[in-house]
Amino acid sequence: MTVAVLDRARKVPGSRERAGDRLFRLVIAGFAGIILLAAIALAWQLLRESAETWKTFGLAFLWTSDWDPVADVFGALPFLYGTAVSSLLALLIAVPLGVGAAVFLTELAPKRLAEVLMFAIELLAAVPSVILGLMGIFLLVPAMRAMGAPYGVGMLTAGLILAFMILPYITTITREVLLTVPRPLKEAMYALGATRWEVVRGVSLPYSRAGIVGAVFLSLGRALGETMAVTMVIGNNPQIKASLLEPGYSMAAVIANELAEAASDAHLSALVAIGLALMAVTVVVNGAARLMLYRLGARR
Amino acid sequence: MNRIPSLIALAVLLAAPAAAEMKTLNGAGATFPYPIYSKWFDEYHKVKPELQINYQSIGSGGGIRQVTERTVDFGATDGPMTSQQQFKVDGKIMHIPTVLGAVVPAYNLKGIEDLKLSGPVIADIFLGKVTRWTDPAIAKLNPGAALPDAAITVVHRSDGSGTTYCFVDYLSKVSPEWKSKVGLATAVKWPVGLGGKGNEGVAGLVKQTPNAIGYVELIYAKQNDIAYASVLNKAGKFVKASIDSVTAAAAGVKMPKDFKVSITDADGEASYPISTFTWLLVYEKNAGDKGPVLKDFLKWMLKDGQPMASALGYAPLPGSVNAMVTKAIEVVK
Repeated sequence: MTVAVLDRARKVPGSRERAGDRLFRLVIAGFAGIILLAAIALAWQLLRESAETWKTFGLAFLWTSDWDPVADVFGALPFLYGTAVSSLLALLIAVPLGVGAAVFLTELAPKRLAEVLMFAIELLAAVPSVILGLMGIFLLVPAMRAMGAPYGVGMLTAGLILAFMILPYITTITREVLLTVPRPLKEAMYALGATRWEVVRGVSLPYSRAGIVGAVFLSLGRALGETMAVTMVIGNNPQIKASLLEPGYSMAAVIANELAEAASDAHLSALVAIGLALMAVTVVVNGAARLMLYRLGARR
Repeated sequence: MNRIPSLIALAVLLAAPAAAEMKTLNGAGATFPYPIYSKWFDEYHKVKPELQINYQSIGSGGGIRQVTERTVDFGATDGPMTSQQQFKVDGKIMHIPTVLGAVVPAYNLKGIEDLKLSGPVIADIFLGKVTRWTDPAIAKLNPGAALPDAAITVVHRSDGSGTTYCFVDYLSKVSPEWKSKVGLATAVKWPVGLGGKGNEGVAGLVKQTPNAIGYVELIYAKQNDIAYASVLNKAGKFVKASIDSVTAAAAGVKMPKDFKVSITDADGEASYPISTFTWLLVYEKNAGDKGPVLKDFLKWMLKDGQPMASALGYAPLPGSVNAMVTKAIEVVK
């Protein structure tokens, strides 16, 4: 409605746009343009700096797994694998926990308790990742070893730390969307004799599906790009092993680790190529999220 | 009202000579010598208050890159530049050795105070060929020691580093298999093991993991009370890393004119075999009057700066090398 009114206001016949308005519009459009330009410039710069790698190895760079800075032979597969697996593990752990916690906070918990818990969760979200990494090294790694993991560090440990990191996001956002579920819908269900579980399953969750999917993808984006906490506990060994207890490596971690000392141009170029691949992955993930949200929206 | 512009002009006139005298030199590179470099730059600033030397410890690789692109006045590296890298620099670049350091095999074995290792055994451990502490090769070097019947957890640096360069330089010299399979660089393809970021990352993993072995800088091991092994040197003696044994290694090598020399696996009974020089990278021809300023600093570093090294855990240059360097820097312009 409002938009239509505004549209009409702009098109009143004979009314000319005032100079001030026009200037304002141009300036604001410029601001928006800068964002787009920055994104394009970033992709262009990454592509340019990694040109050597694409020329030498072609797209095979993405599915070969040899990473040998001495021989200048580079393949990114172990890093892609490590990033994907650790992030998916994190989602697998954090999504049920986070959604469950959000349901508890909105539907079941006494109001005072919910407030205290929310405060604690928001506090968690503000913990810098390097602190989480330290916590991983000093608490989680020895605990994993005590439970029988051969090294303590490894893919699963990284997944756990990432899960811990994205949990507050999933919980907070899911709670916000659950709060938007219209009361009448829920009350109608209760009036029909539905149990709490049935209301949550039948009304609250389906109604907030789009929001929850959004929360999941936002968290996935965070997990994919996380550097410090992951490199501190993943073991930093570019290998692909079936066991989740074995060490692995991630894309962001290898860039952070090797960029400063990458002496040869080929090595530097390969690291930038990994950066470009990481950017592509996040673009794809975000695109998939948009598509999914769009479909969910269309269905309703 | 009219007076304000003239006052500004006067202020500018007064300030101009002072500003012209204030000089800065910018450098970047190796992290390993950063503590001693920042000490030197600080002390030198007290001697010459009009000169400010800024140093960014971004890593040897970064130092070499910045020197090549001429974005700094000098660089610093723990591994000498390859001739291919030097070829890319516009103009002649000099390697000026400043101090020495060492890399030690740090381990975590309960009840074993003085582990003894030889180069080939260390290489085999890091190649993944020797996998248990009870391996006859280790037992032979440590008669009577109660070595645990456990798997060895290998820990190495995950970030590229001059420490790694020195360590694998040694392994390449003592193990032909290491040389052909893995090779020599600031970052290599490790056959086995876990990667830790920085000395603190490696030390943390070694300290936490029972039966682990890794490698860290001598200074780091000393400051953090980490147990480290004696290493069998070329003369057949087990030597523990110390300032004296590192200096001995430097004295046991014939110094070439360009100072690009590796002193791992050095001759001499007292030499510790995993030692290295660290270098400043200086242009022979500098822009403006930066050459003489830099030369003055280098002279001061060789004379007054050297005695400060050992307090920070670095070995000072042996006298003969110091004399050679003092003579060589005369060409800096």
